[in-house]
Amino acid sequence: MPDRHQILAETLELIEPFNKKGVDVTEATRFAQDLEWDSLTVLDFVANVEDEFDVIITMNMQAEIETVGQLVDALDRLTAGK
Amino acid sequence: MTDLLSKFDPLIQQRDDLLSSGLTDPFALVMEKVESPTVAICNGRRTILLGTYNYMGMTFDPDVVAAGKQALDEFGSGTTGSRVLNGTYVGHKAVEEALKDFYAMDHAMVFSTGYQANLGIISTIAGKEDYIILDIDSHASIYDGCALGNAQIVPFRHNDIEALEKRLKRLPPEAGKLVILEGVYSMLGDVAPLKEMVAVCKAAGAMVLVDEAHSMGFIGERGRGVAEAQGVIDDVDFIIGTFSKSVGTVGGFCVSNPPKFEILRLVCRPYVFTASLPPSVVATAATSIRKLMDSADKRAHLWENSKRLHAGLRQLGFKLGTDEPQSAIIAVLMPDLETGAAMWEALLDEGLYVNLARPPATPAGMTLLRCSLCALHTNEQVGEILGMFAAAGRATGCIS
Repeated sequence: MPDRHQILAETLELIEPFNKKGVDVTEATRFAQDLEWDSLTVLDFVANVEDEFDVIITMNMQAEIETVGQLVDALDRLTAGK
Repeated sequence: MTDLLSKFDPLIQQRDDLLSSGLTDPFALVMEKVESPTVAICNGRRTILLGTYNYMGMTFDPDVVAAGKQALDEFGSGTTGSRVLNGTYVGHKAVEEALKDFYAMDHAMVFSTGYQANLGIISTIAGKEDYIILDIDSHASIYDGCALGNAQIVPFRHNDIEALEKRLKRLPPEAGKLVILEGVYSMLGDVAPLKEMVAVCKAAGAMVLVDEAHSMGFIGERGRGVAEAQGVIDDVDFIIGTFSKSVGTVGGFCVSNPPKFEILRLVCRPYVFTASLPPSVVATAATSIRKLMDSADKRAHLWENSKRLHAGLRQLGFKLGTDEPQSAIIAVLMPDLETGAAMWEALLDEGLYVNLARPPATPAGMTLLRCSLCALHTNEQVGEILGMFAAAGRATGCIS
């Protein structure tokens, strides 16, 4: 099972192709406000994250995730035991 | 005091900007007279209707109208009651029998609208521990059904069989799963690969719900929809449909085979806590559904109309939602909302009504002029329609 640093690094890599604004991404970066992603971009990105980590991030969970750090925490929990 | 309506300021501004340019409001059209399923009077002008979902043209069918009048005389104007209290008349049972016969399924439950059918069935059958896996382009009523319930929601990319399969495999094998698909997606008029998708769902032990609102009466040998056309209707657990398209009135339904289905009548809140359809509506619906069983000629003519309009619009240089006509919906892609609204108005001035569709109803932020054909559009009308598109398209610079 990957540790949190690994998860963060992989997540940042997955964000880059969608980082059209060239935002300097940190754990505090917010998907909607800072990266200005619309719902379709979110879908594409979430699909890539799900495939990379072999997990499901339900819309119920997505509603609670605003920042990169929160996503990494969620992935840390979801991949625990894998 | 905080004005709670201030959250709509951006939309108010967008509308003001659009209307201040002198355009007719595309969302406030009034039909002064309706002459037939294909012609109405709008702004004093005779207008061909090409955006009504009245696919089979049943709204003025003499038998349908007569059944409605008779029910109005015999049973009054309304039931004033819930289906589970004083709102079930013989007519409600008769229309449910007609649906069971039409689909050859064991159970039928009629709701007051199609929206409520999705809202009720989806929110009731999928509980907190269950998963709903749905196509990202699903209709608002499906999303609202998810929002009303407590299930875990997993969307997948539109019509992507592999994306659906991957997600199903990642879910706990023992968890309850409901996959929600549509036969025809109403914005672009494209059809789902139900044959492959339903097989994937069954392999994963998921129940399948298919919304066939835009295919009933038209697609499939007996008009049962895309699931019938692709040979998988027996593996579909719930079919959702509406009376407000091919049937030609208003109302919604779910038909189903699983033996415990009838209990939903007691636990489905959008079914219990609302008034049932008026007797005249269920009488027109039952008559129309029974006539739709035997409408092969009309189905064939509707296909001809759809193919001809699709080919003609492409030839004129319009970009369309699908490469081939897949349903009776043909979506003309507009570059932006302003051009779309201008083209919509130019068509109305020519004497043609289509639907202007824009985000958030449309996928990928598209602006669409959505055309839906009717089995009663004549060959001459389809010719006229193409002429109007040519003139309006050139006037607005959409085509050269």
